[in-house]
Amino acid sequence: MRDEHNALVVNDVTKVFKKNNGNGWLRRVLRRNRENNGSGNGPAKPESKNVVAVNHVSFTVRRGEIFGVLGPNGSGKSTLVRVISTLMIPDKGGVQIFGYDVRQDEMTVKRMINRVSVDAAFFKKLSPMENLMYGARLYGVSAAEAGPKAREILNRLGLREDSLSEPMEEMSRGMQQKVAIARAFLTQPILLLLDEPTTGLDPRSKREVQAVVNELRDTHDATILLTTHDMNEADALCDRIAILDDGRIVAQDTPAGLKALVARNGYVPTLEDVFMELTGKELVKKEDDEEAEETEAVKVAA
Amino acid sequence: MLQALTINLRQSYAFVARNFNLVKRYWGWELVWLAYSVASSLSVVFIGAGMGAITNSSDIDTNYLVIYLLIGALVWRYLAGLFDNISEMIQWERWEGTIEYTLMAPVHRFIQMLGQTLFAIAYMSLFTGVIAAAMALFFELDFSKANLAGAVAVLLAGSLSFVSFGIVASVLPLLYPERGTQMTHIVQAFLLLVSGVYYPVEVLPGWLQFFARISPATYVLEGMRAAMLEGASLADLSHIIWPLLLAGAVMLPIGVWMFRLGETYAKKAGKLKRNG
Repeated sequence: MRDEHNALVVNDVTKVFKKNNGNGWLRRVLRRNRENNGSGNGPAKPESKNVVAVNHVSFTVRRGEIFGVLGPNGSGKSTLVRVISTLMIPDKGGVQIFGYDVRQDEMTVKRMINRVSVDAAFFKKLSPMENLMYGARLYGVSAAEAGPKAREILNRLGLREDSLSEPMEEMSRGMQQKVAIARAFLTQPILLLLDEPTTGLDPRSKREVQAVVNELRDTHDATILLTTHDMNEADALCDRIAILDDGRIVAQDTPAGLKALVARNGYVPTLEDVFMELTGKELVKKEDDEEAEETEAVKVAA
Repeated sequence: MLQALTINLRQSYAFVARNFNLVKRYWGWELVWLAYSVASSLSVVFIGAGMGAITNSSDIDTNYLVIYLLIGALVWRYLAGLFDNISEMIQWERWEGTIEYTLMAPVHRFIQMLGQTLFAIAYMSLFTGVIAAAMALFFELDFSKANLAGAVAVLLAGSLSFVSFGIVASVLPLLYPERGTQMTHIVQAFLLLVSGVYYPVEVLPGWLQFFARISPATYVLEGMRAAMLEGASLADLSHIIWPLLLAGAVMLPIGVWMFRLGETYAKKAGKLKRNG
């Protein structure tokens, strides 16, 4: 039955990924046989490693809210969004969108949601208009209806008319991300999932995207789930925020409520202070380190 | 009811329009592939034209042999293209990075497959037609006995079966993001080997003939050759057309069902992600 008050209910969702050591099933069987026959050399290597991406996560997003999920890279934000958007099946727990279960009522749920992911998922050789018409038709909207609307949204987002027929690959990432947002708007979702929509954008593009998110909430009856690791963005946009660390929610409240948790001696903390206090980690520093490690790994591989 | 049908047709058309737009944008590669296909088909058919010289014999019916190989080359090009278009749909989406976007949309898999199939049939008919036209420039062939309507009926009936094969094979890239496409190529190569594309299946070893009997391509080629070389009527071809239609009608829902199973597994294992 439709729930008019709660847009999203995430109930005890857990997702664990089993990662083997890069060995296929045949190698694993052969190694096990060798070990059983006592001819193994040294101690057996662990065969697999479980990675808990999302760990008993629960929260409720009320209709019309902008709800932020704040956490560093690898904290489980994107996995959570995938579970909500029917792209991943959790090991435990469930998700309801306006009262509809994402597994039992998959098609109904799909009609209500849309998602903008961190990597703008487009056919790069196709133009923005071709991509948008494809998206509109998938959601049952005719090209005649979607065409003028798409132009209007894209113009509002600052895309030039002559760029609408150029291949997406010739556009900047900021522009691609704006097209991704336009594509999501086009289908009029009542729950919009924004998975790090401004990551990698220049400050100006970031501000433009943030303005559009605010406008969407004000002018449409849309509920927004926003994942980000940008503290300022979360502070500026979100009505409530859940802080996710290692797959667990460590706190959830309004931005002011979260800051009040760690406020001392009249000092008004930032969300960054809140995050460090609650998790014992430095969000930005950790990311920088990860980037440095990735760069180093690329150099070594090369 | 009518509104639901309109939406379903629109969703199917989304895949047709998208794929034609991609063909338009990748026109350079399409030309390369077309030139390669014309050259490789010609080189096979020239074997028939040169058979008299190869065997130093004048008793060979060159016209018959050339048409025999021509049918093999064209029908296989068509069927293999159909199979590729369907079986690689997941890989295309992975490569473009759109797989999650497409699978998140409120589209029934059957509707998606329908759109993909309509595009594949239209595109491969056009592609094979261009190759056939190019072949006509090189060979003066006598088609006076041919029953073109019968040939088209066999080809369409066979398309249904091949589409079903393609849908089943498309599960592989879902399950194995890195090696799935290579696996579909192995399936296709095996069908080429056992289906009598360039030779009668009777020359195959007994154990391979078993696979020839269950490959729909064997029956498509047999029917096409009967129609084009001997002018077999639709009634004569019915023993081929009906089983092909029946096989397609049975295999199509099985293929879609298997795809759904594969999709569920991929969603549990987290294999839909862009990079596998």
